[in-house]
Amino acid sequence: MDVGIVSYGAYVPRFRITPTEIGRVWGQDGKAMGKGLFINGKSVPSPDEDVITISTSAARSMLRRVDVNPADIGALYVGSESHPYAVKPTGTVVAEAIEASPELCVADLEFACKAGTAGIQMVMGMVGSGMIRYGVAIGADTSQGAPGDALEYSASAGGAAFLIGREDIIARFNGTLSFTTDTPDFWRREGQPYPSHGGRFTGEPAYFKHVGEAARRMMDRMGTSPGDYNHIVLHQPNGKFPQRMASMLGFSNEQVTRGLLTPMIGNTYSGAVPLGLAAVLDVASPGERILVVAYGSGAGSDAFDITVTDAIKEFNRAAAPTIDGLMENTRELDYATYAKYRGKILMKG
Amino acid sequence: MTVARFWRDISSRYNLYGTKCAACDRIYFPVRQICPECRRSSIGKMERYKLSGKGKVYSFSVVHDAPPQMSVIRPYAVAIVEMEEGVKVTGQLVDVDLEDIDIGMSVEAVLRKIGDEGPDGVINYGFKFTPRLD
Repeated sequence: MDVGIVSYGAYVPRFRITPTEIGRVWGQDGKAMGKGLFINGKSVPSPDEDVITISTSAARSMLRRVDVNPADIGALYVGSESHPYAVKPTGTVVAEAIEASPELCVADLEFACKAGTAGIQMVMGMVGSGMIRYGVAIGADTSQGAPGDALEYSASAGGAAFLIGREDIIARFNGTLSFTTDTPDFWRREGQPYPSHGGRFTGEPAYFKHVGEAARRMMDRMGTSPGDYNHIVLHQPNGKFPQRMASMLGFSNEQVTRGLLTPMIGNTYSGAVPLGLAAVLDVASPGERILVVAYGSGAGSDAFDITVTDAIKEFNRAAAPTIDGLMENTRELDYATYAKYRGKILMKG
Repeated sequence: MTVARFWRDISSRYNLYGTKCAACDRIYFPVRQICPECRRSSIGKMERYKLSGKGKVYSFSVVHDAPPQMSVIRPYAVAIVEMEEGVKVTGQLVDVDLEDIDIGMSVEAVLRKIGDEGPDGVINYGFKFTPRLD
């Protein structure tokens, strides 16, 4: 029986900061930086938001759109590189908050920016084998960029949750594969507050090689070509990489645009591809085909070939905020407030 | 607050579980063991009851003199919210500009960080309220 997406939900915090404002403080041409990265602003979590609250908001939106008993959820995986605790799973709180506890499998995942899609693959296997009826995979982050580092222009916050099952699926997984190597392009050592990266090394041997290979191998396996897809959703550390990658693979700009959110909200890391896929599902019609390729530094890519089903016509999208809805009612922060909210100011005691 | 004390209230703090008196149908939040109206006739009839999370601002106050843990977000608003079920619940209002808050404004509960027990302590989560589009 087919395994697919039964429902999904997304969440992006309300606050934004612009590259111009970040550049103003660090003596850089922020406007040029934003143009170079194709990022016009990035989302910033409120001080009372973290991966647990973002995951919960996304998962609650996901459940609002369908009539599924949370007790039938047999597994919940949260992929992130900013879990609030080093030891105590994010998923324990999220499962309790959506009332899926206690009879379910929970674990936190980490694979840089692709831990959310790794969760989707794990849940697909459990659902497909008949081990569980429904599973939830969430990708969410409140990513960190060291003050003054190039990452500070992009590292943002958000996440999306997917309910995977076999009944009433709105999108079917035709196939998935992963491409993984030992490529140290970006890392964060235990106990370090900010990640380190290999600068330009994060491009050709890392992002472009892994995303490109996973995409090509997925299309080879499915016997498809770029023209068979309506949308392509690629990992988006900035706005430029996915556009260039899509072009290298033979996809048009129109196929990339709907799933490309980084220009508006920055790089939401583990949330990036899940949010891009949510944006596509917000507008997708039956029969549309989507190629999804996530990327996690270190490094690996997860590819998915997805076809939207007729069930999306009856799907209650309006029961929860769409991606477009989450882009409204935003508030821009100055750098000082941003630094205060992100805990970059050393406080007494 | 100790870990165990907060843990006991998780169902109320995450999912707004209160109590309904099956004798008179009154709803209480937080949880009550006995109905103050029905008293002894409510014994054994107090049922677990989940609030919808939706309500309207009944009254609110803007806090300027904030406790140390809240100084990062000062000034902030705290409201008494009249829930759909009629019961009144106190909580912080978030994701709203203070000048936009009105009595009667529709709100709904969301999960947010309430506080923590220092950098190496447990993080406590619970409901706060955000504006809701009707």
